[in-house]
Amino acid sequence: MKKIILILVLVLIQQTSFATEVNVYSARKEALIKPLLDQFTDKTGIEVNLVTGKADTLLKRLEIEGKNSPADLLLTVDVARLIRGKQSGLFQKINSELLEKTIPEYYRDNANEWFGLSLRSRVIVYAPDRVSVEELGSYKSLTDKKWKNRLCVRSSSNVYNQSLVAAMIANEGVEKTEQWAVGLVENFARKPKGGDRDQIKAVAVGVCDIALVNTYYLAGMLESSQKAQVAAAKKIKLFWPDQQGRGAHMNISGAGILKAAKHRQAAIQLLEFLVSDHAQQWYAKTNHEYSINPNIESSEILESWGEFKADKLSLGLLGEYNAEAVMLMDRAGWK
Amino acid sequence: MRSAFKTRNIMLVFLASLFSIPLFVVLGSVLFPEKQIWAHLYDTVLFDYVGNSLSLVIGVGVISLLLGVIPAWLVTMYRFPLSKQLEWALLLPMAMPAYIIAYSYTGVLDVAGPIQTSLREIMDWQYRDYWFPEVRSLGGAITMLSLVLYPYIYLLARAAFIEQSVCVLEVSRTLGCNAVDAFRRVALPLARPAIMVGLSLVVMETLADYGTVQYFGVSVFTTGIFRTWFGLGNSLAAAQLSALLLVFVVMFLYLEKRSRRQARFHHTSSRYSALMQKQLHGGKALIALVLCAAPLTLGFIIPVMFLCDWALETYLVVLDKDFYLLLFHSLLLAFVTALLAMLLALFMAYSNRNDGSLINRFLVRFVSMGYAIPGTVIAVGVLIPFAWFDNTLDAFLRQHFNISSGLLISGTVITLIFAYLTRFLAVSINTVEAALVKIKPEMDEVAKIAGLRPVSILKRIHMPMMRGSLLTALLLVFIDVLKELPATLILRPFNFNTLAVRTYELANEERLADAAVPALAIVLAGIIPVIMISNSISRSRAGHE
Repeated sequence: MKKIILILVLVLIQQTSFATEVNVYSARKEALIKPLLDQFTDKTGIEVNLVTGKADTLLKRLEIEGKNSPADLLLTVDVARLIRGKQSGLFQKINSELLEKTIPEYYRDNANEWFGLSLRSRVIVYAPDRVSVEELGSYKSLTDKKWKNRLCVRSSSNVYNQSLVAAMIANEGVEKTEQWAVGLVENFARKPKGGDRDQIKAVAVGVCDIALVNTYYLAGMLESSQKAQVAAAKKIKLFWPDQQGRGAHMNISGAGILKAAKHRQAAIQLLEFLVSDHAQQWYAKTNHEYSINPNIESSEILESWGEFKADKLSLGLLGEYNAEAVMLMDRAGWK
Repeated sequence: MRSAFKTRNIMLVFLASLFSIPLFVVLGSVLFPEKQIWAHLYDTVLFDYVGNSLSLVIGVGVISLLLGVIPAWLVTMYRFPLSKQLEWALLLPMAMPAYIIAYSYTGVLDVAGPIQTSLREIMDWQYRDYWFPEVRSLGGAITMLSLVLYPYIYLLARAAFIEQSVCVLEVSRTLGCNAVDAFRRVALPLARPAIMVGLSLVVMETLADYGTVQYFGVSVFTTGIFRTWFGLGNSLAAAQLSALLLVFVVMFLYLEKRSRRQARFHHTSSRYSALMQKQLHGGKALIALVLCAAPLTLGFIIPVMFLCDWALETYLVVLDKDFYLLLFHSLLLAFVTALLAMLLALFMAYSNRNDGSLINRFLVRFVSMGYAIPGTVIAVGVLIPFAWFDNTLDAFLRQHFNISSGLLISGTVITLIFAYLTRFLAVSINTVEAALVKIKPEMDEVAKIAGLRPVSILKRIHMPMMRGSLLTALLLVFIDVLKELPATLILRPFNFNTLAVRTYELANEERLADAAVPALAIVLAGIIPVIMISNSISRSRAGHE
């Protein structure tokens, strides 16, 4: 028994603090951020402590912990949660010339409380043997009757769908968006289930002919170590939506420095490291995300999809419509 | 004597209240009604949630009962090929986290999985040419949850069958009952309290499950809670949904209690002759074998095979020194929590058994509700009071001594273990109470007359009778903590991961093959205690050495 207590105490003490350190709460999974953080430590000698989790639970933890929270930086994988953090008053304003110069203004907060770090787009994928490119167009045209029983998309509980709908509300208003959502649901080939990779597989197999997915999932499948995933991904093609209109819907992974931060300077240093050319190339290479900095080249797979027009809607607006988007999808019967 | 009783009573109220705090936080949310959100939920999705949750609970309850009780009876009363091995092996699915079995079956049976793909290739079919059961559905969720939860019922039912006096069964036979009647009319009613404890654990675990239902896209209460929280950004309304869930559970437990209010189930005879297991032959033996092997095969062997297959591809990359640290963290948390939970349960159950007032009884019942609340919600209920304490202390120290204590307890493993205890005390309390119920009050009285003090009664009479159950309580919580994910995810300290967290992160990125190694480690670490439980039960029959 004594030994157990000893071990327990040791585990507790293990969280000794370093002279220079930065504490990160991250909604990005460990495997998709730790290597980069390690590089930061190697380069600067600043130790990075990490807790990963779901964005909203991390936000809640921050809110409850209050001004004594040990966290310096919050990383998320979508813009909606960054805005929620801002609305809860968790972030502080950061003045960094480098960040402002590197990140386009529509991918960061207008008061510089949060910053986008990498980009992904929500695109249409299709089965080329059953769909010709000419049939495809904007997100809006997905409600066309010809797609009845041919469309796959995941649950409306997913934040990327919520952000897509929120963007549409920002661009078109609630009423039109709701009509769109109702039309979309009518075209579903099946009840929404699974993740984005499952939608890609479903198109490959013939459950549906088109699907809405994030770009890095498709790229990840093409590079997968599992043959079945590669085979499925090769059977389908990517289509950039709305190129004649506003452009493809974009989302970001991003971060904000917390008001409670005890290591503000180190946290800024980390943020600046994350937008450096080296880190941006890492994002592209490891997880096939587009660089936040338009001047950085992306991965081979991303290059192969060509140039595209991105919707330049200020992402700050998306968070404001997120709850509205969820309610709207509830009403439309989007499970 | 009197003051000892008083101290104990105060301790009980204190401990039970302490571990009820997170539940009070959840219930407290009701005081701040979110009318607008509720109107929206009522208009759109609330009835879906209620309906699906009910179907899920009823489905899982019925199937788990069948999968648990029938094999328990068969392996206890009969001998057939492999019956000795099945005795313990039937518990194995307990070591399998529900989300992992869901992931592995989906990976294989899904429309793009290997089975349907080869089916299409061989038969030259298209997707719409044939029918195949859809894994990701309400039915699929019921199946998956039943396959990993039935062992709770099996475990308690088997222990109950083993402990039954043979006399009762023999008398029933002389009164003209055939084998089926003896089971239905004598053994089953006698085992009912134990089976019901198992069932209530299954029901609560089902209601608290999030991983499986979310992955399968079934809209139940838990998915609703998180949708309201994450999607609508309203954690208050989410807590209110949890409070509603609590009401459901209270209703279920009350109905169950009421329905057996009249009956008392103590051992009526002190004579324990050895159970005569009847040898089965031919067709009957085969049927018994199939009935017992099916849940084991589907709930354990097949998913473990899938996992092994994936693990072989990836183990070289995944097994690094970090991995052993994960294993160590998981085992440490599980062990410490299990030990504390057993001690707490023992203390609470005893205080109540002797002279439990109505309030004490209520508090102990109430603290057991934590099992039905999703781990994430419990975690928030733990965070709030702990952070409040830390921040208040910090403010006080700053003001009077000009030093800052920061967050003292929040964000340490202490919070995490506290959350586990809130969530899993139900398991140990139920197991210990079920064991205590079977000890006739007359025994205590006789012992008292013989001059034994309460401590000696515990030591010399109860302990030998309950040893098996205590071990069971310990190991059940151990396994539960090993599998626990959501509370761990929110509450853990910096740079502190467990096997479950690693598995989830990889599986959630849809990297099933990489997730297989940590998943298997959870299962393997859970197998050892499972076998220990089984052995202790086999030996638990009085007179057996």
